[in-house]
Amino acid sequence: MHFEYKVEGGDFTLAGYASSQIKKTLKQLGADPAVIKRVVVALYEAEVNIVAHAYRGVIYADIQPGGIILRLVDEGPGIPDVEMAMTKGFSTASPQVREMGFGAGMGLPNISENADSFSIETEVNKGTTLTIEINFK
Amino acid sequence: MLLSEICEIVNGTVVSGESRLNQKAEYAFASDLMSDVLTLKVDHFVLITGLANVQSVRTAEMSDAPYLLLCRGKEVSEDMLKLAIENNILIIKSPFSMFKCAGLLYSAGIKPVY
Repeated sequence: MHFEYKVEGGDFTLAGYASSQIKKTLKQLGADPAVIKRVVVALYEAEVNIVAHAYRGVIYADIQPGGIILRLVDEGPGIPDVEMAMTKGFSTASPQVREMGFGAGMGLPNISENADSFSIETEVNKGTTLTIEINFK
Repeated sequence: MLLSEICEIVNGTVVSGESRLNQKAEYAFASDLMSDVLTLKVDHFVLITGLANVQSVRTAEMSDAPYLLLCRGKEVSEDMLKLAIENNILIIKSPFSMFKCAGLLYSAGIKPVY
């Protein structure tokens, strides 16, 4: 099964919509609740990252019998120092993002912790692509 | 502890998800930082927060924590209410501070996550 969701930068009202839809789909498919939680927490953090940092992006979700592959492709400023961005507590988030309960430098480490495989491709002034894979067993 | 008892302890008003009042919760976590909430491995805990926006409801949904306790009489916006109803999330509004809500519930036997 393949799903695509457009995400607009700065639109916090809709942040989490894609994650919510994927959660409902995985529930309908009867996936293990513990795995569903790992998927939606990783996806929600990544979705919020697009809203918080990028201009726009697309989420591609591929649900296969053995697991889910999520690709989040954004157009945005990119990440100048990935190692720094992966450090717990480091954040470049705006005050507006912090007011929404995010931007404490926990997102990328949390995605990594919930994923079986996680990679970041980024180019400054162009954008970032996250690939998150989570196995169902 | 029953959610209805929790509601009574914090002098709360039910805003949505009233059908969940007869469910039980063992744990609570108090935070305005949603990223921190998303690191928790437990579920069905009470999320005590002063963050009154759509993301606190979304975080409750993603965390499988369908009980949101909103402190200091913060107002629930239309967007929050719509999302809470869609996902059957219980929102209790309390006039007490986050510190007082947490203290009262801890004293009554609700366990901390950490």
